Amino acid sequence: MNNTVISVKGLTKRFGDFTAVNCISFDVKRGEIFGFLGANGAGKTTAMRMLCGLSYPTSGSGTVVGFDVTREGEKIKRHIGYMSQRFSLYNDLTVWENIRLFAGIYGLSKAETIERANEILARLDITSERDTLVGSLPLGWKQKLSFAVATIHRPELVFLDEPTGGVDPITRRQFWEMIYEAADNGTSIFVTTHYMDEAEYCSRVSIMVDGEVRAIDTPTRLKEQFAAESMDEVFRILARGAKRGD
Amino acid sequence: MRQLYILIQKEFIQIFRNPLLPKLIIIFPIMVMLVMPWVTTMDVRNVGVTIIDEDCSSLSRHIISDIRAAEYFSLNDNVKTHNEALTLLEDCKVDAIVLIPRHFERDLLSQDPQKLDISANAVNATKGMLGSQYLILTIGSTLSNYNNHLTAAKTSDLIVIQNRFNPTLNYRHLMIPALMIMLLILICGFLSAINIVSEKENGTIEQINVTPIGKVTFILAKLIPFWFIGLFVVSIAMIVAWAVYDLSPTGSLGSIYLATILFILGFSGFGVSVANLSDNIQQTMFVMFFFIIIFVLLSGLLTPISSMPEWAQNFTTILPPRYYIDIMRAVYLKGSTIADLWPNFVALGVFVIVFNALAAFTYKKQS
Repeated sequence: MNNTVISVKGLTKRFGDFTAVNCISFDVKRGEIFGFLGANGAGKTTAMRMLCGLSYPTSGSGTVVGFDVTREGEKIKRHIGYMSQRFSLYNDLTVWENIRLFAGIYGLSKAETIERANEILARLDITSERDTLVGSLPLGWKQKLSFAVATIHRPELVFLDEPTGGVDPITRRQFWEMIYEAADNGTSIFVTTHYMDEAEYCSRVSIMVDGEVRAIDTPTRLKEQFAAESMDEVFRILARGAKRGD
Repeated sequence: MRQLYILIQKEFIQIFRNPLLPKLIIIFPIMVMLVMPWVTTMDVRNVGVTIIDEDCSSLSRHIISDIRAAEYFSLNDNVKTHNEALTLLEDCKVDAIVLIPRHFERDLLSQDPQKLDISANAVNATKGMLGSQYLILTIGSTLSNYNNHLTAAKTSDLIVIQNRFNPTLNYRHLMIPALMIMLLILICGFLSAINIVSEKENGTIEQINVTPIGKVTFILAKLIPFWFIGLFVVSIAMIVAWAVYDLSPTGSLGSIYLATILFILGFSGFGVSVANLSDNIQQTMFVMFFFIIIFVLLSGLLTPISSMPEWAQNFTTILPPRYYIDIMRAVYLKGSTIADLWPNFVALGVFVIVFNALAAFTYKKQS
């Protein structure tokens, strides 16, 4: 089995005159928790959308779980999970209906669906909320459920786009426990975040500034390289020169 | 298949859980069918008529009493002079003036008869035109009765008007099939378009796009519930038409449903295409309104295509409701069969293919 889940070379996305992602290259190894950092507007989401087969690269090439990002987007989608920064379950469906829907979409059989749904409910301790509309759940629960649903088909790789935005510290902690658990089960994680403490939990991180990857290494070595105390400082040193952002 | 089933199930759950939609789907057709046939009528009633009788003969009294007896007119007697009547006409107090000239009866059978004069207020063109037509018919029948009475030989110029298929010229019977089509346009076109674009606004469509679900499966799952809803709405409308207006299709129900299915298939595909090409609900609504105005006004729903200018008539050939309204009116009022109307069915079939291909083509999972 190939040991690289993501491998991109010179990946670029332009919207008219604006270059959102400028020639980025990196590899993500199987089983890694890869932190994809960058200020607002640095091009993280655009880059991630190209990797997920939602957006065609303007130039450059790459493979995700062994498939080409330009030509084999639909094959990639069978092997990845995705959780976007906007909460993306259906608010007008119940917890159970959402789980059943996405299990069905990923082609799980009826028996598998029931088994995994019960597993999710038990693990998140929301069995009693089975028939509650997702729209009325607290945000933290929604995000955890969203992650569980994004990994219901046991994908090789899961993309998380700011999964803990607006979530309280305790839930954030529980969320990262779920991430570790998934990583232990062999799912590779590709996560963007603005919380630098979370960056410390990653096995490797990259930092994007103005559409380019400026640094990529383990948190420890990045701190050494920039003679910084924390990832927070590393980030600030790199992001200071940013021309874009809000 | 299981994917499609699961997605359709999701759509139905969402529709029925919506606080408004299920009620609208039932109440909307009933309301439209109960109210609109009465208010969209172009039958002209209560045409205000004033008569200046300068003849004062037995014939002129006949004419007056026949006009008074006719159900379309309300007679204003209190006018003595023509000028006075013209003032009333200008003030829109009356719609038409009939002037019976002096010696009208005496000269009727002479070589050079006096002319009876009708002036109608044509500001409201329909009322003016139809009102004077009614007057001509009414007076014409009085005169021919009178002629008969004198000499039977003189009544050679009787015009026989026969309104076939809609014998009472009941405008409602013409409007009811048109109203059913408007209901379908609104419910199948609008709702399916808004449904998809609201998934865009909520961001849930992105979650769908990142799954391996096929484009066609996703769009079918969006459309199929609206096909059922459309058939349901048409059925309610037909029941109301039968129960309230005693209007049931002269032709077969089968051909009505076949045409309806084809129309819904095509039109919901159109709605989905519009939604695919818009980013938000405002855009969708605006574009849909634009097309719906074109469809309603140019497809012969309200006005006959044959009286449009030629370029407009040519243009109507690319409008799906045109073919559907033809089928609905012909089957409802004339009892035509699929064999009579096959070109219309073929045209609807072409629209189904074109619009649904467009819907599949414009829906992009990767951009």
